[in-house]
Amino acid sequence: MSSSRILSLVGGGILYFLFQVMILKNLVLFGSAFCFLYMLFILLLPVQIKTIPTLLISFFLGLGVDLFYDTMGIHTAALLAIGFIRYRWLQVLVPTGGYDDDLQPSMLNMGFGWFLSYSLPLILIHHTLFFYIESLGTDLFMSSVQKIIASAIFVFIMSIIVQLLLYRRRRGI
Amino acid sequence: MQRILLFLYKIRAFLLFVLLEVIAIWMIASNNSQQGAAIFNSSNQFIGSMLGAQNDVVEYFSLSSVNKSLVDKNAELLTELEKLKQPVDSVFIELDSLLSSTFQFKGAKVINNSLRLTQNHLTINKGSNHGIKQGMGVFNEEGVVGRVKSVSNNYASIISLLHTELLISSKIKSNDVFGSTKWDGNNPKMAKLLYVPRHVVVIVGDKVVTSGYNAVFPEGIPIGTVVEIKPGPETNYLDITIELATDFSKISYVYLVENFQQLELDSLYQSTGLNYE
Repeated sequence: MSSSRILSLVGGGILYFLFQVMILKNLVLFGSAFCFLYMLFILLLPVQIKTIPTLLISFFLGLGVDLFYDTMGIHTAALLAIGFIRYRWLQVLVPTGGYDDDLQPSMLNMGFGWFLSYSLPLILIHHTLFFYIESLGTDLFMSSVQKIIASAIFVFIMSIIVQLLLYRRRRGI
Repeated sequence: MQRILLFLYKIRAFLLFVLLEVIAIWMIASNNSQQGAAIFNSSNQFIGSMLGAQNDVVEYFSLSSVNKSLVDKNAELLTELEKLKQPVDSVFIELDSLLSSTFQFKGAKVINNSLRLTQNHLTINKGSNHGIKQGMGVFNEEGVVGRVKSVSNNYASIISLLHTELLISSKIKSNDVFGSTKWDGNNPKMAKLLYVPRHVVVIVGDKVVTSGYNAVFPEGIPIGTVVEIKPGPETNYLDITIELATDFSKISYVYLVENFQQLELDSLYQSTGLNYE
């Protein structure tokens, strides 16, 4: 990977983080649809990034978001699970002919159907973990299910909009 | 031996995952105690200043409603002041000073707030430099807001009343029956009043205020209004739902209250084995 590519990735990560904790943090639709868009950054890392770097990136991104949400460790735990599954999940969904080198697994590169089957399970796992840990010690898991589904749909729609507006085919931000 | 090392090397990603997850879970667990370490939340200096900068921009949008609530509070205080004024023809007898100076109040601005999770927190722009201490009670002109959880030099983080583990000692204003207010995690406008015995007559519309028993809040700060009374699942207590007086979605300024005699009271309670939470 070229150094300019790495720089643009790091810049993208910081942008996602700032956008999340400064703006999206205050956005909760209908009292139940949260917008955890920062996980799109992990989803859209280039395909050849393996599990260990993804885990480290997830850990620090999750930690940063946690500090601002005052939910110490919950975002980190949920995001780490995504970071761990992502590479395997990409191998499961590998298209015929394999991935190109340095490919971003975005909707523009891979098509809507592929992106749906790639991102939605990961988003659901992340949200389920987050709201489950968040409601531990209370008997509120059933009301969390509503939050999980509403937030997953919201994040998925937002991630499509962000990709259409800010991403180009075959290249990053 | 080499095989074991090779095997461990093979599953290195999994081991790293487990290690980082354990760190995350340790952080969750250590943060759940009501007094967390100050570096690990939004009262941290750096995070506080970033939240403060964001709030500097956003606060302009709520200025008019803040002004209105301040004017309302001023009007209320003026009425109270009028009642306390000495008529010219009366003699002023000073009460024992021990009775009058138990509480001290401070003001602060909220720079971070959440209300949709099950354990919500706020951050304010005052810290130990301004005399904020752990455990102080927090309220605004509408009613109770929460308690201070941890403090840095210039910022403090507050456990919101909308936190499923915070209990506020409260009483029903009309008949002085004691209970504990606790949020059930569902609706940020409603909470439960616990431990009110069945024989007590409670009417919809009764005001619930702080009891002043646990020495965090002075007596009589509004908490909410009773909206629903049911015989609870436990045989001894009523299941009372109250509508919170505080609108948590619009908090911008809060008051903090410190009880000078809290240490004395706490040690007394401890030595006698009592606990008024």
